Amino acid sequence: MSSDRTIAGLCVVAVALAVAGFFVPAWMVFIGVISLAKGLVVLGLMVLWRTGLVSFGQSLYYALGAYAVGLAHLYWGLTDAFVGVLLGVAVAGFGSFVIGFLLARYRDLFFAMLSLAFAMILYGVLVKSEALGSTDGFVISVPTFAGYAPGADTAQAVLLAFTAAVVLASAYLIDRYQKSTAGHLTTAIRDNEIRVEYLGFSVRQAIHVKYVLAGILGGAGGALVAMAVGHIDPDMAYWTTAGEFVFVAILSGTASVAAPFFGSIIFEVLRSYAMQYAAHVWHMVLGVALLLIIMFLPDGLWSLFRKRARAH
Amino acid sequence: MLTFVAIGVDGLVYASWLFLVAVGLTLVLGVMRVLNVAHGSFYSFGAYAAAWGVGIYFTHGWPDAGGYFVVAGAAIVVGVVLGLLIERGLLRWLYDRDEVVIVLVTYAVLLILEDSVLLIWGTDPYFAYQPSALLGNTDIAGLPFPNYNLMLIALAVLTGGILWWVLNHTHRGKFLQAVIHDREMSVFLGINVARLFTITFVIGAILGALGGAVTAPVISVSPGIGVEVIVLAFAVVVIGGMGSIAGAIIGSLLVGLAHAAAVHLLPSVELFVIYGVMTLVLAFRPRGLFGPAQLRRI
Repeated sequence: MSSDRTIAGLCVVAVALAVAGFFVPAWMVFIGVISLAKGLVVLGLMVLWRTGLVSFGQSLYYALGAYAVGLAHLYWGLTDAFVGVLLGVAVAGFGSFVIGFLLARYRDLFFAMLSLAFAMILYGVLVKSEALGSTDGFVISVPTFAGYAPGADTAQAVLLAFTAAVVLASAYLIDRYQKSTAGHLTTAIRDNEIRVEYLGFSVRQAIHVKYVLAGILGGAGGALVAMAVGHIDPDMAYWTTAGEFVFVAILSGTASVAAPFFGSIIFEVLRSYAMQYAAHVWHMVLGVALLLIIMFLPDGLWSLFRKRARAH
Repeated sequence: MLTFVAIGVDGLVYASWLFLVAVGLTLVLGVMRVLNVAHGSFYSFGAYAAAWGVGIYFTHGWPDAGGYFVVAGAAIVVGVVLGLLIERGLLRWLYDRDEVVIVLVTYAVLLILEDSVLLIWGTDPYFAYQPSALLGNTDIAGLPFPNYNLMLIALAVLTGGILWWVLNHTHRGKFLQAVIHDREMSVFLGINVARLFTITFVIGAILGALGGAVTAPVISVSPGIGVEVIVLAFAVVVIGGMGSIAGAIIGSLLVGLAHAAAVHLLPSVELFVIYGVMTLVLAFRPRGLFGPAQLRRI
């Protein structure tokens, strides 16, 4: 499937989702917002995963984005969704820019472990800060949109439309990036870094850029989830949250910028059913699914579509 | 002065505990190049099995000393069963995959095992205080320290010593070192690497379960302990250099003392001091304190 068609398809789906938000039941709207927002974080992971890097600490930027929105609300009374997402992106982007100087030197397991360490540092700070509610976190109010404050019954639907717009913009930009020269270096770095260096490109810089992109997407996702849920707590930074993002990234595959959102929606729908009917074995189901995907669908669920497309 | 004694002893106790938990992880990593996330589940299975066994043992009023054998027995049974099951049943088929993919496989195993713990033992906490309470306290410079904790130090030293002896002074240990050094060449020399892998993984699992089993008497054994512990063990292993036993010793000492110092002097950083140490060490020694240098392959 060519990526222009992917973007066109995403446009249609995003508009359809945004419109449908005003007609379907509230719980579906909520799942829609959450899965699209988390899909943004997974999209960031995908950018890294294509170079062979797995970050077990993407929860760091997810939590930074969420706490940026929360703190702006707590101290400045800001509720605007546009400002919130921009703040989340700015804070996470700055954080990943600084940490990236260190992380861009690492690969493989060290990259995974070090990114996890930074997430756990933030978790430790948040748990110990009583002004921010410690492990309980705190509540933030429903967002407004450039002065427009939707009523209680449509608030989530408006947020869904907003999220769909953010997702569309991000997916388009990441798609552009992956077709640029820097983007084409991705798989080259994965295959052989030293040869890329001999071609005259800086591998460290390329990975730094990817890390910042992933951080920004993580921050945007965290900011949107914070607005949708209306509550944030330190568990957003814990390593199991990051593990969940990695799970969805594996589930989705890296073939297309649409894959993370597709995977994320499936994941959230499954989770909401599992929580209702089989809460005790939810992690077991996840584990078995992860094993099956790694063994039989190493390129993720999206590869199912690609095979079919090729057969035609 | 008292604070320094407290930091010193608490630090040593914590370091011993960290070493017991991390040494199995680093052994498996060094020999098999498998970063085993499921090690956290070996820990929680060991803790639950020990707490459950000790509970049954002491309700029957059998002689107290036997309780310690129950703890050790629980660790061995859990380690052998889970280790064999996972290595023979799963990992064996995936060794040709990327290292990072293997991490995800063991992460999946962790998810499965964590729910299995809940299915087997339920969500209520277990307490198995008897082995710890029976030993009493010792005063060091006027401060009482539980003898059980001091015994952990001895156990860690013993474990480290046995591992060192096996690796350096037995036939099989030297085979293991050969495999760590160059797996392919070891195969050519006729070493049965597949069997060594199984043995190593089972020993690693026993060590992980032992870490949990000896901890059970001093904590409330409740859901989620494995998930907490595995990231601490990672930090120790990464600080020491992946796959290095000496590194695990130095790493646990460093982290143990830093943690105890933080608890006594600056409690607000207690939760993340370990990751702070890890970041500092890696910033200056990117492959850990004792990590092997890596060849650049063109």
